[in-house]
Amino acid sequence: MSELAIRVEHLGKQYRLGGQQALYSTFRETLVNAAKTPVRWLKGELRTGRNKFWALEDISFEIKHGEAVGIIGRNGAGKSTLLKILSRITNPTRGRVDIYGRVGSLLEVGTGFHPELTGRENIYLNGAILGMSRVEIVRKFDEIVNFSGIEKFLDTPVKHYSSGMYVRLAFAVAAHLEPEILVVDEVLAVGDAEFQKKCLGKMGDVAKEGRTVLFVSHNMAAVKRLCSRTIYLEKGNIYFDGETSAAIQEYNGEIKEILVANFVSDPNKTIRIKRLEVCAQAPTSETGHIETADGVIIKVRYNVNKPISGAHVFIRIHTGDGETLIGTGDADTLPSRLGPREPGQYDCDVLIPPRILGAGKYTITWSAGIPFQDNFDIEFHALAFQIVDNRTSRGKFIYRERPGLLALDLDWNYENKKQDA
Amino acid sequence: MVIPVPAVKKTEAVLTGKFAHIVIEPPKGWEPIKLGELWKFRELLFFLTWRDIKVRYKQTALGATWAILQPVLTMIVFSIIFGGLAKLPSEGIPYPIFTFTALLPWQLFAFALTQSSNSLVGSQNLISKVYFPRLVIPFSSVLAGVVDFAIAFVVLVGLMAFYGIDLTPAALLLPLFLLLALTSAIAVGLWLSALNVKYRDIRYLVPFLTQFWMYATPIAYSSSLIPEKWRWLYSLNPMTGVVEGFRWAILGKSSLDVFSLSISACVVVLFLIAGLYYFKRMETSFADII
Repeated sequence: MSELAIRVEHLGKQYRLGGQQALYSTFRETLVNAAKTPVRWLKGELRTGRNKFWALEDISFEIKHGEAVGIIGRNGAGKSTLLKILSRITNPTRGRVDIYGRVGSLLEVGTGFHPELTGRENIYLNGAILGMSRVEIVRKFDEIVNFSGIEKFLDTPVKHYSSGMYVRLAFAVAAHLEPEILVVDEVLAVGDAEFQKKCLGKMGDVAKEGRTVLFVSHNMAAVKRLCSRTIYLEKGNIYFDGETSAAIQEYNGEIKEILVANFVSDPNKTIRIKRLEVCAQAPTSETGHIETADGVIIKVRYNVNKPISGAHVFIRIHTGDGETLIGTGDADTLPSRLGPREPGQYDCDVLIPPRILGAGKYTITWSAGIPFQDNFDIEFHALAFQIVDNRTSRGKFIYRERPGLLALDLDWNYENKKQDA
Repeated sequence: MVIPVPAVKKTEAVLTGKFAHIVIEPPKGWEPIKLGELWKFRELLFFLTWRDIKVRYKQTALGATWAILQPVLTMIVFSIIFGGLAKLPSEGIPYPIFTFTALLPWQLFAFALTQSSNSLVGSQNLISKVYFPRLVIPFSSVLAGVVDFAIAFVVLVGLMAFYGIDLTPAALLLPLFLLLALTSAIAVGLWLSALNVKYRDIRYLVPFLTQFWMYATPIAYSSSLIPEKWRWLYSLNPMTGVVEGFRWAILGKSSLDVFSLSISACVVVLFLIAGLYYFKRMETSFADII
């Protein structure tokens, strides 16, 4: 039972740099570029390939039917590009992929949902977009509706749905896709904890049924649960390919601290992050690491490009495994922040008091949007830092690092009875 | 830092041929068009067309009445200005019905052209997240116009009853001219939609294009106004053949110019084939540049 499902040989994908800023060109720009080219040619700038980069350099691997394979790696390692090539959304620049079997890819839940259509209509539309036949959708319709739990609102346009209902319905359709090879991106990054659990459970079922699953995630715990084998990508190449726990160890060992990050501005986004920084409130450690006894300050600088109301900026703190430990928004304690924001640059910071984060590795995700409605900007795992435990009393005991995710100081109550002599 | 690339681990994996085989490779320039894929995805084509139709008049007060109002109001304006004030000849047919017969296929064409030109850019989220033959998108937006056409056609039948004009057996050929109008729209729409992905200028060009095109088509006037020696050039516009065909099939007055109709058809087919090839070539980069 080891039939070949996917063979990837020397796969590479080149992108033009700066694509982020100029997603599409206009005739004028093309003309201007054409006029500039002879000058650039004289300067010898042509063909230097300076404005191109390889998102994937040289990737080769094989996956057999029935395998559940995780793909991990930092931002820009090429995970999404690889998935996009395997799902045939974009073409490779070199190399070759052979796929044996029907591929279903879930790079997003609810792709193609139309807000004006009812839940019922969207099930059919979304099913067709994901590659289900009409007969297949009709057959699974009741099952999908049951799974989503939105029977009552089946004939309501989805624009009136809460975001939770919307995501549940979208996932219900996706979960009933039955391809031979399932390709899943960070779909689980959306939705509440309960929903994420449901998604993971369903994915686990798919893997157990013996279908081939390719799962990209930042969430190491999820990868560990689902996949026996994991491919760790680094800068467009395979850094490690093997047993999941070994891959995660490699990955965690590789976390380099990123204490400050600056971002390219993007005037198209209503809100755009400019700079993120994490540091100790009052540094007490000589090692340069943050101590559990330090307060941790996250400094945020962002630009508002268009006037906006009802928005908040949000910070997530993840453990080294990728689990979200804390989510905090600026409107949590400052409800007035939900009011209007004028264009301009904003500086803010948030303090995590001393003795909350235990020793270990953490990453920070930034996002800005209207809660449960809209997302303007998101940067996953933009910062990475380490917390050490050298100064507390625990450091003097047996363990250098105390166990536990949190380093809370809790009050102990004592009653001491003298022993009767 | 150069990271050594691990060699492909040649596993003991076997191939039994039980599964469908797909090869993904870099695009190789001009590739053959696979219309078979479009057929394979016909259900998606149907659902996207159905969506466009369903959504079109959502949250409008008048709903599908717009499908009637648009050609009728244009007909009234044309009848007052071109028929009443300018007194353009209308081949002995009451001017309102003369122009309405032409407006029917024209508005179908103009709508289909506009919608298909913007269709790819409007489906950004689909293109960057799901695979399917991209041809489905412009085709579905062209097909979605047929419903409006059917509704407006009922008005035409009413108008004919009002003026006491009977349908002739020639009306059976209408689907042929309808097909020519749709093919013209998709032929041009393929070019414009693919270009629009790269150059958003197309969005601003299309309204002008349809406006100029309308004046180059015998809608408000009769093609008999065109001097004989320029007729061949005039026939290069496929919509001339469509409009003349409609007038002939419905009103039965003027004779059908088979010669100019065949020129029109040839132009359309050439455009369509070239458009399909161009689209196929550009298709591979849509997801990267949209």
